[in-house]
Amino acid sequence: MIEVRDLTVRFAGVTPIDDVSIVFPGGTCGLIGPNGAGKTTFFNVLSGFVKPAAGSITAFGEDILRMADFRRARWGLRRTFQTEMAIEKLSVYDNVAMIHEHSGAKRATRRADVLSAIEFVGLEAGPKARVGELGARERRLVEVARAVVGSPRVVLLDEPAAGLPDEETGRLGEVIHRIPGQFGALVILVDHDMSLVSACCETTAVLDFGKLIASGPTAEVLRNEHVMRAYLGTEEDL
Amino acid sequence: MTGDKVSVEGARSGRAEMARAVQNVDRGFAVRGAIIAGLLAFVVLAVPTLVGADWLTTFASVSIYAIVAASFGILYGRVGMISLGQVALLSVGCWIGTRLAYATSLPFPVLLLVTGVITGVIGTLVGLPSLRLSGLYLALITLMFAGATTVVLSVTDFPDGGHGFTGRSATGALTTSTPPVRRPSMAVGDTAFYRYIVIVTAVMFLLALLHVSGKPGRAWAAIRESEPAALAAGVNITLYKMWAFALASFMTGVAGCLLAAQVGVPRAITFQTQDSLTLAATSLIGGIYSIWGAVLAGIFNQLLPFIFQAQWGVNSNFLLIIFGVGLLQVLLTAPGGLIEQFPRDMANLARLLFRSVRRLAGGRQSAS
Repeated sequence: MIEVRDLTVRFAGVTPIDDVSIVFPGGTCGLIGPNGAGKTTFFNVLSGFVKPAAGSITAFGEDILRMADFRRARWGLRRTFQTEMAIEKLSVYDNVAMIHEHSGAKRATRRADVLSAIEFVGLEAGPKARVGELGARERRLVEVARAVVGSPRVVLLDEPAAGLPDEETGRLGEVIHRIPGQFGALVILVDHDMSLVSACCETTAVLDFGKLIASGPTAEVLRNEHVMRAYLGTEEDL
Repeated sequence: MTGDKVSVEGARSGRAEMARAVQNVDRGFAVRGAIIAGLLAFVVLAVPTLVGADWLTTFASVSIYAIVAASFGILYGRVGMISLGQVALLSVGCWIGTRLAYATSLPFPVLLLVTGVITGVIGTLVGLPSLRLSGLYLALITLMFAGATTVVLSVTDFPDGGHGFTGRSATGALTTSTPPVRRPSMAVGDTAFYRYIVIVTAVMFLLALLHVSGKPGRAWAAIRESEPAALAAGVNITLYKMWAFALASFMTGVAGCLLAAQVGVPRAITFQTQDSLTLAATSLIGGIYSIWGAVLAGIFNQLLPFIFQAQWGVNSNFLLIIFGVGLLQVLLTAPGGLIEQFPRDMANLARLLFRSVRRLAGGRQSAS
């Protein structure tokens, strides 16, 4: 479980996250909101790239904000980025092994762990294939394999399906949905594709202009009047 | 139940397939290793019997500068940190090696190691700005280091004579009576020392390859791709950037010590600030992602000037123009350098020739 309390982030005159309190209970949790809602900033706070002005984040009983940024991966925090970040020059195996060797996992199990992470995401390309030669969907799958290797505790997926056609998004969704069961990790999924969020996430929280406007079971949240207004705008706005 | 069985069997066959793929790659490595060993044996054993003394001296320089090019390749090709001070670091290594040789009676391999370590420390200090700066700013800082080194070497009459680490000769400059920097007792002659240099170069390449294919190499690749992503992956960016500078400077220091013993009496004039720029250009032309690219860079850097100047009597400064054009060509069409482009172009040429021959043969058949 991740408990966020009274979190505020300020950049000069802007407040991208404004006194937000959310609980991510476990499983796959959605975090949605229009552009500029503060979703990626929230991920950046969790990753240690951004220091919040106030508030606390407790993940599995530990104060995550007190950890040095590069130590959070060792603790079990994994993330992907909006722009796909699989390393082009390395093979699929090396891409995943790179995460494993900085995760604090045992060296003796590296080969088996890496191969099973690649197998978990269902990558058709072999482990020695160079990532630079793979297509967009396969590169996204490499990113997911990187995110699940080496005993992850929290997996942050930032628009993992961006740029993928519907059919491939569906297949990626199946993989994401299986992460908590297979690895026992809590997944937070940020995406604009509501079909993906509905398919993967048991619970969803919605941010708008840095404020939490709804949270709860995904189906209920997506029917929420405030959420629909945030996404579609009011009649006056239109 | 049956579904479970199917998925377990599927997983097993998938894993076996992956293991097979890995095995095939391992076999490829073995073949490549055998070819490299054969080539190394040829360069070490056969080349000295095939060429004259001046060519052999040039090949020794090619080997030394290939180490420096490989060090540039580690910094820029692997981590994305551009250093325009690698030849300056070579001169620092050369100076340290020379002074240590005069001041101590260390066995030559230890001399190489100590020189490498001291140059490694200096190079790491020079690389400290890379923690905050990158791109053009880091290039400028390292270029200024190269300029400063040239000034210091000229002012101190590099490497000066006299005994001890800081010793100065009575005349304030090296004289013909100054004994040359010693060589290893097992390789005093030019041919033997050429072989020694090539073997040390191979060891340096191996050291670089071990790093690149291991944990540091993967961390460097992550940093090069994106520092935030590397940080999120748990990479200690400070540690790995400094590690790259330490390794590159160690290798360059070892090359400097080899150069000191190769020329015997090093002169400050040998190291100009622009040499660091030329090395960067030739490294990019050769290819910064591979050891073979570094060898090619060594050839461009040392063999071409020798051929131009000593063989054809053409001013080797013309090479700067050729390197400029070559650099432009590589940057526009082949970021991996000639080492990647040349085999690709040759394969295309062979395909083209094959098609033409087939078309000709087809034309003759239909005519008959």
